[in-house]
Amino acid sequence: MDRDDDRLSLVLSSGTDDRLTGAAVLVVGAAAMERKVEILLQFWALDSFRADRITKDHGLSPEAGTEGQTLWEWHEGMHWSEMLRQAKEIGDVSIHACSLSMDLLKIAPEDLDPLVDDVHGVAAFLAAAGAAITFV
Amino acid sequence: MTQVTEVTRSIDARGMPCPGPLMSLIGAIREGSIGDVIEVLSTDAGSLTDIPAWVTKASHELVSVTETDGATSFVVRKMR
Repeated sequence: MDRDDDRLSLVLSSGTDDRLTGAAVLVVGAAAMERKVEILLQFWALDSFRADRITKDHGLSPEAGTEGQTLWEWHEGMHWSEMLRQAKEIGDVSIHACSLSMDLLKIAPEDLDPLVDDVHGVAAFLAAAGAAITFV
Repeated sequence: MTQVTEVTRSIDARGMPCPGPLMSLIGAIREGSIGDVIEVLSTDAGSLTDIPAWVTKASHELVSVTETDGATSFVVRKMR
Protein backbone atom coordinates (compact mmCIF):
# COMPACT_ATOMS: atom_id res chain seq x y z
CA MET A 1 0.00 0.00 0.00
CA ASP A 2 1.37 3.41 -0.93
CA ARG A 3 0.41 5.71 1.93
CA ASP A 4 2.00 9.07 2.81
CA ASP A 5 3.44 7.80 6.10
CA ASP A 6 5.20 4.97 4.26
CA ARG A 7 7.13 7.44 2.14
CA LEU A 8 10.15 9.69 2.57
CA SER A 9 10.07 12.67 0.23
CA LEU A 10 13.13 14.86 0.05
CA VAL A 11 13.97 17.97 -1.91
CA LEU A 12 17.75 18.32 -1.98
CA SER A 13 18.94 21.81 -2.78
CA SER A 14 22.29 22.12 -0.97
CA GLY A 15 25.17 20.47 -2.79
CA THR A 16 27.72 20.23 0.02
CA ASP A 17 29.05 16.85 1.10
CA ASP A 18 27.79 17.15 4.71
CA ARG A 19 24.19 17.89 3.68
CA LEU A 20 24.23 15.21 1.00
CA THR A 21 25.68 12.68 3.46
CA GLY A 22 22.98 13.50 6.03
CA ALA A 23 20.32 13.05 3.36
CA ALA A 24 21.88 9.80 2.10
CA VAL A 25 21.86 8.31 5.62
CA LEU A 26 18.11 9.04 5.83
CA VAL A 27 17.52 7.57 2.39
CA VAL A 28 19.43 4.36 3.03
CA GLY A 29 17.63 3.98 6.39
CA ALA A 30 14.24 4.53 4.77
CA ALA A 31 15.05 2.01 2.03
CA ALA A 32 16.08 -0.54 4.68
CA MET A 33 12.83 0.07 6.56
CA GLU A 34 10.89 -0.55 3.33
CA ARG A 35 9.73 3.03 2.86
CA LYS A 36 9.36 4.34 -0.65
CA VAL A 37 11.69 7.31 -1.25
CA GLU A 38 11.13 10.19 -3.67
CA ILE A 39 13.95 12.70 -4.17
CA LEU A 40 13.96 15.90 -6.21
CA LEU A 41 17.37 17.41 -6.92
CA GLN A 42 17.51 21.18 -7.25
CA PHE A 43 20.28 23.68 -7.90
CA TRP A 44 23.54 22.90 -6.09
CA ALA A 45 22.48 19.39 -5.13
CA LEU A 46 21.78 18.66 -8.80
CA ASP A 47 25.16 20.12 -9.76
CA SER A 48 26.86 17.67 -7.35
CA PHE A 49 25.22 14.76 -9.21
CA ARG A 50 27.10 15.49 -12.46
CA ALA A 51 28.69 12.20 -13.54
CA ASP A 52 32.16 13.71 -13.92
CA ARG A 53 32.33 15.18 -10.42
CA ILE A 54 29.98 13.22 -8.16
CA THR A 55 32.80 11.89 -5.95
CA LYS A 56 34.86 15.10 -6.04
CA ASP A 57 35.05 17.41 -3.01
CA HIS A 58 31.80 19.41 -2.75
CA GLY A 59 32.82 21.28 0.41
CA LEU A 60 30.84 21.67 3.63
CA SER A 61 28.03 24.01 4.62
CA PRO A 62 29.21 27.32 6.19
CA GLU A 63 28.28 26.36 9.77
CA ALA A 64 30.87 23.58 9.70
CA GLY A 65 33.65 26.15 10.26
CA THR A 66 37.31 25.20 10.54
CA GLU A 67 36.72 22.74 13.37
CA GLY A 68 33.97 20.97 11.42
CA GLN A 69 36.25 20.80 8.41
CA THR A 70 38.92 19.01 10.48
CA LEU A 71 36.40 16.57 11.98
CA TRP A 72 34.99 15.85 8.53
CA GLU A 73 38.42 14.92 7.20
CA TRP A 74 38.57 12.24 9.92
CA HIS A 75 35.23 10.78 8.90
CA GLU A 76 35.69 7.34 7.40
CA GLY A 77 32.13 6.67 6.36
CA MET A 78 30.92 5.67 2.94
CA HIS A 79 30.56 8.34 0.26
CA TRP A 80 26.99 9.65 -0.04
CA SER A 81 26.74 8.53 -3.67
CA GLU A 82 27.63 4.95 -2.66
CA MET A 83 25.02 5.05 0.13
CA LEU A 84 22.40 6.16 -2.41
CA ARG A 85 23.48 3.36 -4.76
CA GLN A 86 23.00 0.82 -1.96
CA ALA A 87 19.64 2.37 -1.06
CA LYS A 88 18.47 1.94 -4.66
CA GLU A 89 19.66 -1.66 -4.61
CA ILE A 90 17.71 -2.63 -1.50
CA GLY A 91 14.66 -0.41 -1.78
CA ASP A 92 12.29 1.65 -3.90
CA VAL A 93 14.18 4.93 -4.34
CA SER A 94 13.49 7.37 -7.17
CA ILE A 95 15.80 10.30 -7.87
CA HIS A 96 14.53 13.05 -10.14
CA ALA A 97 16.29 16.10 -11.54
CA CYS A 98 14.38 19.38 -11.29
CA SER A 99 13.66 20.64 -14.78
CA LEU A 100 14.19 24.34 -13.89
CA SER A 101 17.57 23.58 -12.32
CA MET A 102 18.63 21.61 -15.41
CA ASP A 103 17.92 24.72 -17.55
CA LEU A 104 19.54 27.14 -15.12
CA LEU A 105 22.74 25.11 -14.72
CA LYS A 106 22.78 24.11 -18.42
CA ILE A 107 22.86 20.41 -17.56
CA ALA A 108 21.81 17.78 -20.10
CA PRO A 109 20.36 14.44 -18.85
CA GLU A 110 23.47 12.61 -20.13
CA ASP A 111 25.69 14.81 -17.91
CA LEU A 112 24.15 13.26 -14.80
CA ASP A 113 25.24 10.20 -12.86
CA PRO A 114 23.07 7.10 -13.53
CA LEU A 115 21.75 7.43 -9.95
CA VAL A 116 19.38 10.07 -11.38
CA ASP A 117 16.36 8.36 -12.93
CA ASP A 118 14.74 11.16 -14.89
CA VAL A 119 13.87 14.85 -15.16
CA HIS A 120 10.70 16.00 -13.39
CA GLY A 121 8.69 19.17 -13.25
CA VAL A 122 7.51 20.21 -9.80
CA ALA A 123 3.92 19.03 -10.30
CA ALA A 124 5.04 15.52 -11.22
CA PHE A 125 7.28 15.42 -8.16
CA LEU A 126 4.50 16.64 -5.84
CA ALA A 127 2.14 14.05 -7.26
CA ALA A 128 4.66 11.32 -6.37
CA ALA A 129 5.83 12.86 -3.09
CA GLY A 130 2.59 13.08 -1.07
CA ALA A 131 1.92 15.65 1.63
CA ALA A 132 5.09 15.79 3.72
CA ILE A 133 8.29 17.05 2.10
CA THR A 134 11.66 17.56 3.77
CA PHE A 135 13.85 20.27 2.27
CA VAL A 136 17.62 19.96 2.68
CA MET B 1 19.98 -30.52 25.71
CA THR B 2 21.06 -27.00 24.74
CA GLN B 3 20.55 -26.06 21.12
CA VAL B 4 23.62 -24.44 19.60
CA THR B 5 23.07 -21.91 16.83
CA GLU B 6 25.68 -22.33 14.14
CA VAL B 7 26.74 -19.11 12.50
CA THR B 8 26.75 -19.39 8.69
CA ARG B 9 28.63 -16.18 8.08
CA SER B 10 30.33 -13.68 10.36
CA ILE B 11 30.94 -10.04 9.42
CA ASP B 12 33.43 -7.83 11.20
CA ALA B 13 31.97 -4.32 10.93
CA ARG B 14 33.90 -2.96 13.91
CA GLY B 15 35.05 0.62 13.31
CA MET B 16 32.44 1.24 10.61
CA PRO B 17 30.30 4.31 11.27
CA CYS B 18 26.49 4.27 11.07
CA PRO B 19 24.83 2.92 8.91
CA GLY B 20 27.73 0.70 7.76
CA PRO B 21 27.15 -2.32 10.06
CA LEU B 22 23.41 -2.39 9.25
CA MET B 23 24.13 -2.16 5.52
CA SER B 24 26.66 -5.00 5.80
CA LEU B 25 24.04 -7.13 7.56
CA ILE B 26 21.40 -6.34 4.93
CA GLY B 27 23.86 -7.27 2.17
CA ALA B 28 24.70 -10.61 3.83
CA ILE B 29 21.03 -11.42 4.42
CA ARG B 30 20.23 -10.67 0.78
CA GLU B 31 23.02 -12.92 -0.43
CA GLY B 32 22.19 -15.74 1.98
CA SER B 33 19.56 -18.50 1.96
CA ILE B 34 16.58 -18.89 4.28
CA GLY B 35 17.71 -20.36 7.57
CA ASP B 36 21.24 -18.88 7.34
CA VAL B 37 22.54 -17.34 10.56
CA ILE B 38 24.54 -14.14 10.14
CA GLU B 39 26.67 -12.58 12.86
CA VAL B 40 27.67 -8.90 12.72
CA LEU B 41 30.23 -7.37 15.05
CA SER B 42 29.71 -3.63 15.50
CA THR B 43 31.19 -0.81 17.57
CA ASP B 44 28.65 1.72 16.28
CA ALA B 45 26.25 2.75 19.07
CA GLY B 46 23.50 3.27 16.48
CA SER B 47 23.49 -0.45 15.71
CA LEU B 48 22.01 -1.19 19.16
CA THR B 49 18.69 0.28 18.06
CA ASP B 50 19.07 0.12 14.27
CA ILE B 51 19.73 -3.58 13.82
CA PRO B 52 16.83 -4.80 16.04
CA ALA B 53 14.47 -2.28 14.34
CA TRP B 54 15.46 -3.49 10.88
CA VAL B 55 15.32 -7.18 11.81
CA THR B 56 11.75 -6.72 13.12
CA LYS B 57 10.67 -4.69 10.09
CA ALA B 58 12.19 -7.17 7.64
CA SER B 59 10.65 -10.14 9.54
CA HIS B 60 13.89 -11.97 10.33
CA GLU B 61 14.85 -13.36 13.73
CA LEU B 62 17.21 -11.67 16.18
CA VAL B 63 18.79 -14.73 17.80
CA SER B 64 21.05 -12.86 20.22
CA VAL B 65 22.71 -9.57 21.10
CA THR B 66 25.93 -9.98 23.12
CA GLU B 67 28.58 -7.58 24.34
CA THR B 68 32.08 -8.86 23.55
CA ASP B 69 35.05 -6.71 24.56
CA GLY B 70 34.11 -3.28 23.29
CA ALA B 71 31.93 -4.53 20.45
CA THR B 72 28.40 -5.89 20.16
CA SER B 73 27.65 -9.15 18.40
CA PHE B 74 24.27 -9.40 16.66
CA VAL B 75 23.19 -12.84 15.50
CA VAL B 76 20.36 -12.85 12.97
CA ARG B 77 18.56 -15.72 11.25
CA LYS B 78 17.26 -15.14 7.72
CA MET B 79 13.57 -16.07 7.76
CA ARG B 80 12.36 -15.19 4.26
